[in-house]
Amino acid sequence: MISVYKHSPAWNVSWLFVFLAGFSLFFADIEVISLEPWEELKRLFMGLLAPDWSNLSEIGEAFLQTLAFAILGVAGGSVIGFLLAQIFHWRWIQVSCAFIRAIHELFWALIFLQIFGLHPLTGLLAIGLPYAATFAKVYAEILEEGDRSALQAVSLDASRISTFFYARLPDLWEHFKTYTSYRLECGLRSSAILGFVGLPTLGYTLSSAFMEGHYSVVWALLLLFYLLIATIRYWVRPALLPVYIIAAPFIVANDSTISFDNVQRFFTEDIIPAPIMRGESLSESWQWLSDLLIHQALPGIANTVVLTQIALVASGILTLVFFPLISTHFFKPAGRTIGHVLLVILRTTPEYILAYILLQLWGPSMLPAIVALALHNGAIIGHLIGRYSLEIKLRADASRGLNRYFYELLPRLYGQFLAFLFYRWEIIMRESAILGILGIATLGFYIDSSIQELHFDKAMILIFITALLNVLVDALSRYLRAKLRLKTNVDCRATNDYCTARE
Amino acid sequence: MIQLQSESASYHGVKTLHDIDLLVSKGEKLALVGQSGSGKSTLIKLIYEHYPVNTALVPQDYGLVNNLSVYHNVYIGRLEQHTTFYNLVNLIRPKSEQVEIVRAILVGLQLEDYLFRPVGRLSGGQKQRVAVARSLFQQGHLLLADEPVSSVDEQQSRVVLKQMLNGFSTIVLALHDIQLALAFCDRIIGLENGRIVLDSPADELTEKDLLSLY
Repeated sequence: MISVYKHSPAWNVSWLFVFLAGFSLFFADIEVISLEPWEELKRLFMGLLAPDWSNLSEIGEAFLQTLAFAILGVAGGSVIGFLLAQIFHWRWIQVSCAFIRAIHELFWALIFLQIFGLHPLTGLLAIGLPYAATFAKVYAEILEEGDRSALQAVSLDASRISTFFYARLPDLWEHFKTYTSYRLECGLRSSAILGFVGLPTLGYTLSSAFMEGHYSVVWALLLLFYLLIATIRYWVRPALLPVYIIAAPFIVANDSTISFDNVQRFFTEDIIPAPIMRGESLSESWQWLSDLLIHQALPGIANTVVLTQIALVASGILTLVFFPLISTHFFKPAGRTIGHVLLVILRTTPEYILAYILLQLWGPSMLPAIVALALHNGAIIGHLIGRYSLEIKLRADASRGLNRYFYELLPRLYGQFLAFLFYRWEIIMRESAILGILGIATLGFYIDSSIQELHFDKAMILIFITALLNVLVDALSRYLRAKLRLKTNVDCRATNDYCTARE
Repeated sequence: MIQLQSESASYHGVKTLHDIDLLVSKGEKLALVGQSGSGKSTLIKLIYEHYPVNTALVPQDYGLVNNLSVYHNVYIGRLEQHTTFYNLVNLIRPKSEQVEIVRAILVGLQLEDYLFRPVGRLSGGQKQRVAVARSLFQQGHLLLADEPVSSVDEQQSRVVLKQMLNGFSTIVLALHDIQLALAFCDRIIGLENGRIVLDSPADELTEKDLLSLY
C-alpha cells in the first residue's frame, strides 16, 4: 500500500532544470545598462504608429533579396536533403548531418564570407548546407514512419525509382509538402538575419535603420515581414515555384567574383592552426591551444550554457502562460484572437532580431538575450500546446479558471509540453551561441572576435566546439525524453508540430 | 426535485429524446433502463443541464485526469468549495485532512490501495470506481450516474451501488443491468427510441416485464 504521496519523475526533472537555471542566474550578467531603457522602448513603439514607407525602393530591394536567398537556399537544401535521405541509414551520413546542423546559419555565413566574399554563393550555402542536413534527417524520418503496405504489393521486378514514385511518394507527399513549406518560413527568417553579417537582406536594412534611430522604418520592415510570412500559403503555390526559382538567381546576382586565390588561401593557410603554419614545437603548439581553450572556449562555453539554461526555463514558463491565451477552455473567440496575434508576432520575429532590438534598448547584457529567446520559443511551444489543448474534452461539470488550468489541463498536457521544450533545448543553445555576435560573451562572441582579428584558425576550432556542445545537448535531450517516456514519434497528424518544435 | 416538461434533446444534430415528461421527488432512487441508443445518456445530460447546482455526476467516460493520482482525481469533486490557493497547495502537497476523507471513501469502494497511484496506471474497472469516488466526495442533493458499474464485476457492482445509495438521497442511474436496477432502485423508467415507454415502481415489476425493452 502506498501511503506517502510521491511526485512524478517529470515533476522532479522540471525542478532540477529550474534549480539549474536559478543557479545559472548567479553567473549571468543581467543588468540594464542603458540610461533610459523605457524611454527608448517608448520611442520604438511610437514608430509603430507611423511606419515609414517613403523609402519603398530600398525596402522592396531588401525583401526581394531576402526572398530570393530563402527560396534558392531552401530549394537547393531540399533537393540535396531528399537525396541524402535515401542513404540516411549510413552512419557517417547521420553523423555528418548532425554536425552540419549543429552549426548555425550565421556561423556558416561567417565562414563562407571568408571564402567567397560577398558573392551570392555565400548566402546560398549558408542557408542551403544546414538546411540540407535538416531535410535529410526529417525526410528520412518521414520515409521511415510512412505506411509501407503499398510497397509490399509492388512487384519485386519494378525498379527502385519507379517503386518509390508509385508506392511511396503519393502517400508521403503531403508530409514532404507540409514540412518543406514550413521550412521555407524558417528559411525566410534565416535569410533575413543573414543581413546582420553583411548580406543585402532584411537584417542589413533593419540594422542600419535602427542604428540611425529610424524606428518608423524599422516598423515598416517588420510589418512587411509579418505580412510576407502570414500570407505564405497564398504566394507559395506549386505552379509559381518554378517562376520563383528561375527569377531568384537574377535577383541575388551581383558583380562580385569569387577569388580562387582567396579560396585556396582559406583552406591552405587561414584555417591551419597558427603554430603548425609557423612550424612551432609541440610544447609551443600546446601553449597556443590551451590559451585558446582557457581564455576563449571555456568562458564561451560557460556563458553559452548559462544563457541556454536560463532561456530554456524562461521559455517553459512563458509557454505555460501563453498557451491558455489561444485555448477554447479559457477564452472566448475575441480573447483568443488577441492571443493568436500576440503569439504569431512573437514567433514570426526571428529571435536574433528580437535580441538585437532589446539589446539596443537595454544595453549589452544577457537580459535582452534571455527575454528574446524566451518570448520567441515560448510563443512557438505555447502555440503548439494551445492547439493540443483543443483535443481535450472536459466533463460537463469541470471546474473553471485556475482550478481548471492546474487540475484538468496542465496534468494532461505536461508530457507534451516537456517533449516540445526538450526538442527546442538544442535550438535554444544554437541561438544562445549565435547571439554572441551581438556582444554577449557566449561562444559566438569569441568566434566573431577571432574572425575580426583574422584568426580563422581559432574561429574554426571554436565553431567546432560549438557544434560538439550542440550535439551533446541533443543527445542529452534524447536521453531525457526516452527516460521520461515522452512522446517522440512522428505520427501523421503531429508531423508538422513535431517539426515546428524541433525545426 | 426534477421537473421536465415535454423536453427534447439532440445529439450531434440527431434528435435523440422526444417529449420527455419527468417528475422526480426528493428521496427517489430512479433507474433508467433501455437498449443502448435509447436515450439514457442524453437524458442524464439533459437533467444535468437543467439542474447543475449541487448535483454530482458520474459521466460514462469518467473524465479523469490520467497523470494525477487517484486522490487528486477524487479531490477535484470539491475544488469549488475551497480557495484556489488551498487547491494549489493541495496539488503539490496533499492536505492530510482531505486525504483522510478520501481514504475513507476509497475503503468503501475497495480502492484504498491505490490512493496515490496515477489514474493512468489503473484498470478500467478501477477507473470507474474512482469516478464514483469523486461523486461521493463531492456530495450534493442529487446524483446522476451514467452506467456507473458497467466495468466492474457483479460482487463489486453491489458494493459500489450500495455506497452510492448511502451517499445520496436522490439518485438517477442509467443501468443496463435489469437485476441490479430492480434490486437497488425504487422506480424504473424504460426508454425506447428516445421516448419514455415505462414508468413504474420497482416492486410492481419483474425481470420479465423489463426484458421486452431489450
